[in-house]
Amino acid sequence: MSESKEMQVRNKQEAASAAEQTKPGVIFTPAVDIFETEESIFLIGDMPGVKNEDLTIDLRDNTLTLSGDVSLPEADDEKVLLYEYGIGRYYRQFTLSEVVDQEKIDATLKNGVLHLTLPKAERARPRQIEVKAQ
Amino acid sequence: MIARRFFNTPAFGWKSSFSELERIRQEMERLSKGVEEEEARPGRMAGVFPALNLSENKENYYVRAELPGLETEDLSIQADGKSLSISGEIKPQPGETVKYHRRERQTGKFSRIIDLPDAIDLDKIVAGLNNGILTVTLPKSETHKPRQITVS
Repeated sequence: MSESKEMQVRNKQEAASAAEQTKPGVIFTPAVDIFETEESIFLIGDMPGVKNEDLTIDLRDNTLTLSGDVSLPEADDEKVLLYEYGIGRYYRQFTLSEVVDQEKIDATLKNGVLHLTLPKAERARPRQIEVKAQ
Repeated sequence: MIARRFFNTPAFGWKSSFSELERIRQEMERLSKGVEEEEARPGRMAGVFPALNLSENKENYYVRAELPGLETEDLSIQADGKSLSISGEIKPQPGETVKYHRRERQTGKFSRIIDLPDAIDLDKIVAGLNNGILTVTLPKSETHKPRQITVS
């Protein structure tokens, strides 16, 4: 592989939520990669600090909602000396343009990265149509 | 020249100028409170990846960084008497052949060195990578720990 590039610091993107929150705190938009094959849509999202049990993935009416709770890593007796990144919940919604087979959705969380596979429903898959010569 | 008042505006009266001062005082208080609250938000950045949060308690210093997707074997942490260096590489996920709809996640190499706050017990440094968050625990050296002094 060619020389990989140097990583840059980026401020975490704060999400503006439509409704007011009942819980105080900042909400961040997780950075995602989305790509698609003929069978499935793949979504990879950075959600550092989210544990398996704190992640909810919800799909209804073509709206995919990702939300992850994060607990503060600092213990109570710790005094913060330097604070360069914010800590808060992750929340993001996507509208799916294609029909997804809800039964076969697969999600794994590894090293703070969510891997989500959304298999397309049978009827949404592209079909090769043969053109018959007359 | 004699200053003359044209309108009986209360703002010119003595009593009301005190209330004006009071209003300014309250405003200042509100502002400074706002600044304090602002402190809970990320402050100055060093401009080098990864962004670090540093905290301390009586026993240890804690350095934390968000490094989603980083594998333990791709991370290297070094500490000498003066500084702590964190470097590594977050590898891209699949091959480059797929067509991305969105590409927001960052991958690549990083390296950052921070100066250690005074006297660290180098032998007892512990680092853990959990759910994409790196925590380096730097125990304060015995001689530099605050000691409770009893008054006899």
